[in-house]
Amino acid sequence: MAAVRVEAVLAAAEEQEAEKRRSITVEKELELEYDLGNLLAVDRNPPPAAALRGAGPRREALLRALARDNTQLLVSRLWELPAERAGGAGGPLVAQLPEPTFRLPREKPAPKPRPPTRWEQFARLKGIRRKKKTSLVWDEQAKEWRRRWGYRRAGGDPSRAWLAEVPAGADPEEDQFARLRREKRERVARNELNRLRNLARAHRAGSAVPAAPLHPTGHQDRDELRRVARVARVSTASLGRFQPRLPKEPAEPPSRSGGKKRRFQPLLGNLAAERSRQLELLRDMGSKKPVLDITRAVNKQLRQEEAEAAAANKGKKQSKRGKRGRRQQRPGRSGKKSGARRQPQQQKPAGGGSGG
Amino acid sequence: LISCYRKPKTKRAKRFLEKREPKLNENTKNAMLIKGGNANLTVTEVLKDIYAVKKPFAVLYKRKNITRPFEDQTSLEFFSKKSDCSLFLFGSHNKKRPNNLIIGRMFDYHVLDMIELGVEKFVALKDIKNSKCPEGTKPMLIFAGDMFDVNEEYRRLKSLLIDFFRGPTVPNIRLAGLEYVLHFTAVDGKIYMRSYKVLLKKSGCKIPRIELEEMGPSLDLVMRRTHLASDDLYKLSLKQPKGLKPKKKKNISHDALGTTYGRIHMQKQDLSKLQTRKMKGLKKRPAEKSAQDGGATPKKSKSA
Repeated sequence: MAAVRVEAVLAAAEEQEAEKRRSITVEKELELEYDLGNLLAVDRNPPPAAALRGAGPRREALLRALARDNTQLLVSRLWELPAERAGGAGGPLVAQLPEPTFRLPREKPAPKPRPPTRWEQFARLKGIRRKKKTSLVWDEQAKEWRRRWGYRRAGGDPSRAWLAEVPAGADPEEDQFARLRREKRERVARNELNRLRNLARAHRAGSAVPAAPLHPTGHQDRDELRRVARVARVSTASLGRFQPRLPKEPAEPPSRSGGKKRRFQPLLGNLAAERSRQLELLRDMGSKKPVLDITRAVNKQLRQEEAEAAAANKGKKQSKRGKRGRRQQRPGRSGKKSGARRQPQQQKPAGGGSGG
Repeated sequence: LISCYRKPKTKRAKRFLEKREPKLNENTKNAMLIKGGNANLTVTEVLKDIYAVKKPFAVLYKRKNITRPFEDQTSLEFFSKKSDCSLFLFGSHNKKRPNNLIIGRMFDYHVLDMIELGVEKFVALKDIKNSKCPEGTKPMLIFAGDMFDVNEEYRRLKSLLIDFFRGPTVPNIRLAGLEYVLHFTAVDGKIYMRSYKVLLKKSGCKIPRIELEEMGPSLDLVMRRTHLASDDLYKLSLKQPKGLKPKKKKNISHDALGTTYGRIHMQKQDLSKLQTRKMKGLKKRPAEKSAQDGGATPKKSKSA
């Protein structure tokens, strides 16, 4: 009897629960797809086309019912997310949304890191790292901490300097203040020039990448397309020699560079230039000095090796190397260098001996 | 390129330029709403309502601009560059294409996708007299109909509409503030866009029951021409930079049942020298200890 009672009570409780849940459950053939990060729900069920064809308020009612069902499902999902009370106990209930999963195209392409400047390349090669500088410096004159540069810098305002010493080897008549001003202008100009050169190098490096735009990006101008078409033409096995041309494409002129051996001067050109060229050739043939400067070649090779070593060491240990590391390496290196330098001295007497 | 060699002279200008440059995590997309040379009342009303929905991430141009987006896109691209908007909605009207809306988006200030839609029926915000939800509410988006998956053009349209209406991406959302829902149904070659205000009613359990109230602009659209981006350009625009991927935490793994496992790497332990709990009963008695040592103990063993 008690068991029956308990069963009845449980059944009644379940019935109540189901009743409560009925108001928020929705029956659908296919489950919806949710992207909660975007508050998005996609319903793949085909809508009742016949019913929606009839115009007027019936269609509106049907659309509204469909919308209500779908919204109920989406809101149920959103309410199941982990939520907390923002701003203490009495604050509003705030749910934490996951990352949006629906892939949408970007506004602008991803930013590319800029190529290193000339100084940055050198510093990387030598292993020089930035010294952390304090922002304030103690000024003895003013007996307080002043900034390193800028407004009220330590060391006083350079434009109000009332004394400019004449340096030891300089002309006593020269205007020192004018010289200081001129040198500052030159420094600023050189700095600006180097900055622009770095920018130009970065820009050129960026645009010399043919790999990506070999397929159409939709916004290439005519020159770029022409360049890309030329690259594509030359990328055949026979280097574009037997590639048919389009009807309106102009015939390829003989390339101006054409390799060192395919470059010919015009027959009847500058006679004076031809003469000077021939005389120079004779002079070089008769001189005792070798055409190939071995010291320069060896130095170039050493620098290249140094760069490779720096690149390799950068992968391994960045901190322990640097100036100390280079200094330790020098005994080995200098042996090589002196060995190289000794060679021309050895060769020369031999050459002289054999020639003379 | 001018931005490279001309540096900004004020902090404000620098901030302005920084807002517009390409970033890892991008800004919310802005939309520009433009009227064509012969826009009629319906189209103007549509633009005004969409502007109200998309505020403050939209710009509504007051004057008429005589351009044809499908023929010449340079003027759109110029506007996009000047106002830093990557979405646009262009409204026009002529006898051949009445009540025309061209919805589109840009990639790198060049047109990516454009879809021309015709407005067959329009009910404005002011025609429905009830209370509206606050400006700037993030809407819930629902797409109904299998056409949005089957047809390629409809798929792009779905992506465009999501991009257009989704608003800023937020990490948290106030559950009581889910007030606005945009419902798109694709049926019979037509797309019905309806906007409803959501009323959360008490239900027996934690999740509220939803009641909808029609609010806001409702449009009956039909697709006309399209100008979709080529597949590789679209793929290029979808590419996300590597920095956005969340960093994997090493030595943590999850199994299918939801348990999280961690891995600790230890050095080799000498098990004989392990510090364990002292159990008095197991302590070595002096007799056993001396037997182990071999009898050579320094202390004199006490007779038991």
